[in-house]
Amino acid sequence: MKLRKIALTAALAAASLAATLGASSALAQAKVQFFPSLTGRTGPVAPNATPFANGYADYMKLVNARGGINGVMTLVEECETAYATDRGVECYERLKGKHGGATVFQPLSTGITFALTEKVAGDKIPLITSGYGRSDSADGGVFKWNFPLIGHYWVAGDAVLQHIAKQEGGWDKLKGKKIAVVYHDSPFGKELLPIVQERAAMHGFTLQLLPVPAPGVEQKAVWLQVRQQRPDFVVMQTWGVMTPTAIREAIAVGYPREKMFGTWWSGAEPDLKDIGAPAKGYNAVMMQHGAEPQSAVVKEILSKVHDKGQGVGPKDEVGQVLYMRGVVGAMLAVEGARAAQERFNKGKPVTPEQARWGYENLNLTQAKLDALGFKGVLRPISTSCVDHMGSAWARVHTWDGAKFTWASDWLQADEQIIRPLVKSSAEKYAAEKKWTRRTPQDCQS
Amino acid sequence: MAFFLETLFGGLMAGMLYALVALGFVLIFKASGVFNFAQGAMVLFAALAMARFSEWIPQWTGLDNKIIANVLAFIVAGLFMLAFAYLVERWVLRHLVNQEGVTLLMATLGITYFLDGLGQTIFGSAVYRIDIGMPKEPVFVMDTVFEGGLLVSKEDLIAALVAACLVMCLSLFFQKTPTGRALRAVADDHQAAQSIGIPLNRMWVIVWFVAGLTALVAGMIWGSKIGVQFSLTTVALKALPVIILGGLTSVPGAIIGGLIIGVGEKLSEIYLGPMIGGGIELWFAYVLALVFLLFRPQGLFGEKIIDRV
Amino acid sequence: MFYRENGQFKTNYKADQQIFPIAQDRWAIAALLLIGFVAVPLLADEYFFKAILIPFVILSMAALGVNILVGYCGQISLGSGAFMAVGAYMAYSTFVRVEGMPLIVALMAGGLSAMALGILFGIPSLRVKGLYLAVATLAAQFFCDWAFARIGWFTNNSSSGSVAVSGLSLLGWDINTPARKYLFCLGLTVLVALLAKNLVRGAIGREWMAIRDMDVAAAVIGIRPMYAKLSAFAVSSFIVGMAGVLWAFVHLGSWEPLAFSIDRSFQLLFIVIIGGLGSIMGSFFGAAFIVVLPIALNQVLPAIGSLVGLTVSTAMISHAEYMIFGALIVWFLIAEPHGLARLWSIGKQKLRLWPFPH
Repeated sequence: MKLRKIALTAALAAASLAATLGASSALAQAKVQFFPSLTGRTGPVAPNATPFANGYADYMKLVNARGGINGVMTLVEECETAYATDRGVECYERLKGKHGGATVFQPLSTGITFALTEKVAGDKIPLITSGYGRSDSADGGVFKWNFPLIGHYWVAGDAVLQHIAKQEGGWDKLKGKKIAVVYHDSPFGKELLPIVQERAAMHGFTLQLLPVPAPGVEQKAVWLQVRQQRPDFVVMQTWGVMTPTAIREAIAVGYPREKMFGTWWSGAEPDLKDIGAPAKGYNAVMMQHGAEPQSAVVKEILSKVHDKGQGVGPKDEVGQVLYMRGVVGAMLAVEGARAAQERFNKGKPVTPEQARWGYENLNLTQAKLDALGFKGVLRPISTSCVDHMGSAWARVHTWDGAKFTWASDWLQADEQIIRPLVKSSAEKYAAEKKWTRRTPQDCQS
Repeated sequence: MAFFLETLFGGLMAGMLYALVALGFVLIFKASGVFNFAQGAMVLFAALAMARFSEWIPQWTGLDNKIIANVLAFIVAGLFMLAFAYLVERWVLRHLVNQEGVTLLMATLGITYFLDGLGQTIFGSAVYRIDIGMPKEPVFVMDTVFEGGLLVSKEDLIAALVAACLVMCLSLFFQKTPTGRALRAVADDHQAAQSIGIPLNRMWVIVWFVAGLTALVAGMIWGSKIGVQFSLTTVALKALPVIILGGLTSVPGAIIGGLIIGVGEKLSEIYLGPMIGGGIELWFAYVLALVFLLFRPQGLFGEKIIDRV
Repeated sequence: MFYRENGQFKTNYKADQQIFPIAQDRWAIAALLLIGFVAVPLLADEYFFKAILIPFVILSMAALGVNILVGYCGQISLGSGAFMAVGAYMAYSTFVRVEGMPLIVALMAGGLSAMALGILFGIPSLRVKGLYLAVATLAAQFFCDWAFARIGWFTNNSSSGSVAVSGLSLLGWDINTPARKYLFCLGLTVLVALLAKNLVRGAIGREWMAIRDMDVAAAVIGIRPMYAKLSAFAVSSFIVGMAGVLWAFVHLGSWEPLAFSIDRSFQLLFIVIIGGLGSIMGSFFGAAFIVVLPIALNQVLPAIGSLVGLTVSTAMISHAEYMIFGALIVWFLIAEPHGLARLWSIGKQKLRLWPFPH
């Protein structure tokens, strides 16, 4: 009997091994544009990362419903990372060669981005990191394969500080004030610090840096320190469950929510809807789009995707902040592929290298964006060889107890300050890695 | 001075919350000799059950009264924990009798993974709300003595009172009821208890159920404080220094240990932390427990470890 | 019939005391090494290297270290992730600070630093025993988590706290393809396995096992507990530190402190328990099990789901993975608490008799 048990176990093990070996072989070439989706549907960031993945998948379905990219259909395959870097890298390795080659990866995690930045140069697959990842990767002269399209953390930091300064009546009014920064104790959280430190040095306000170790369920000590120091403002660079915990602790120590400003990963519906009215007044800077339930693209997704039963997530999620971020991410991925198609090989799927050219030469005018359904949501985006970001606009929204309302006009991050920071950080990285800056000829390809 | 007192109160109350979770560990270790790493997962599972059922019961039955919905959800979650205790005893503990401690520890780790997956499968992985009417705004006391008053969080105060009540109920249960006496007998010596006719298996189901109820209360309090989400399992990691400081086999040790760790943690984070960069809470708690252990290797109130050669 | 020792008589002590006294064993190990070093690099594809073979080899080395501490010396340690982290960060610090630093020197630096930390955090083991020690080692784990995130020196003052290495080479042989990385790790692991096997067969190994079985009795017969326990911590952390360097440099390439969190420590403990406590062979079995299982589940579950007509979402797969992993651990511990190594030795025993029943 024991022998039979052993034999059965061995057979099961052999079968699983065969299945695993099968995982590594590439599937047959299909005439689709493959967009892998690294998701965070489980784990500490699940409430926030799930709407992103849903928005991404829904928009890709919408593109197919509209006729594909000049006839080429999109294909999305998801791989769960649970916000863990090693799982993200394993997903990347597994998916990069499938379905004719992954067009672009969007890891939705700064940790995974750091790890993949090393690999994509060798594998020649572009990486879109809209609003996260390495802020210095906006320098396309060093980072050929990274695209922090429409924003990175230094844009967020600068925009939020501009808004605070505007509220106070000018940068000079900030002199002598105290701003606390509550941040996730990881590369994601620390990425915000260079710009706030730069602005603090320029305008004479002091910073109180308060790191919160992940996942951040116990923040009483942090907020007691906030109460002790009584900073004039609190800026939050948190993600996932750390954000609502922080807001709850702020309520418990009585810190006014009107003085709290989150970055664009720290101010969405999952963070605030369970707290509801007590969080009224909490602000967050948004990477151009906020919650856009009235936009044309949302209405189109509802009619062409959800009403046909094809929607990935729940219907009431459509149009929420993080859902829109997924939609925008998918739109950028598709439009880059379209631009590449029109240059290289119209009507056929493009290779990742061709797609990279597309992301480097994105020219989304307001007319084009309006036609795609993003009227009033996005401003024009134009990338180039040296600028992989393409746009540095932001807005601030406020929670009114049940939903978000816009609290500011369009803010533009100050490129005069950010660009030198980006350049020096990129050069430092290039020196460490022994990379050389790209030549002008390389930019033309 | 005022801020120091605020920190002290905050630390004491946070410590009570840790002690709530630590109680579950102690109960199971006392009665079945198993170091239950799955306690954190049990807290999450119980909290998820209560949160979801408090949503679903009004939906299914059309009840409007929130208090009754919460009470019913509590009862349903308690039944889930009973079923869990029974299944664990039946499928895991019974087969692992007499195994080494580290094997049992690993088995509870396996149960943790299983419970994590099961909880998220049945109840979902978003953030859920437990609304038991806890007041969120702080209250300021002693504003005649200190300027502006001392900040005391009403929610934490109520949670600490609940924890104290729970400990009293547990002590009464253990001291006065026959089942409690039987449990203490089992904790003393399994074989002797068996020889006088105490059914070990049933006792283990009961103790895991009681630990499950403790986890449910802890989950309810923590869930109402920070929302019911996956990271609730990491609260168990904060409870571990509490039990090793207090002693693995002592219920009052869990409380005292909780208070010491809570205060030590908060004071260190606020006064020591800024000097070395902040974020030192977690490891300071462990180092504090370690330092105590060096003087009393079995914890403050634990049973002395007797090695027979 | 084939696995008989008949006719294999030894004529000197050296032959009698070798690691593999049975000729068939020697042939089997030679074949295994041949397959490992020659056949696999020729046959495996890139994904197989990166996702399965390299993690398997490195985790086996780490498991060897943990097995020495937990399996042979009986000191439960939950801080193995911290020792891997120390190895990785110290090796990184030496590697980037000095231009042209040889990889082996950085490797040794990582191992030695981990050893120093291991001895430091092993000192409580002289006073604290059993489960209390397990939780006390968590102090090492969380302290290191914090130190590498906060103290800039370790990460060469990188603003984000994330570090990366590239350009590994061994005496001019560039380690840049997956096959070469695999061979490098495999070579080191085989060396470490040999070292570990000889240590546990010798006097020091017997001291460790005596401490594990009954440390008071061991002290009575003259084994110095301090020396034995601290040497176990030292050797174990050295090996785990080296594994940490390999994990960071070769497998990850770019990492942050969370790569060596408490989940890694639990993973190593799982490997050791599933593989078999107190068994060198068991470390390899356990590592293979833990590395292959999640990937196998990830492939097999959607296939099974489509067979019964269900489309399984990625979240569902992740949850099912957790559930099956947990259930398998428990089942395994019930079925064979001494791990895969025990199953293997039962198999070998049966093979000695085959085809006869007894």
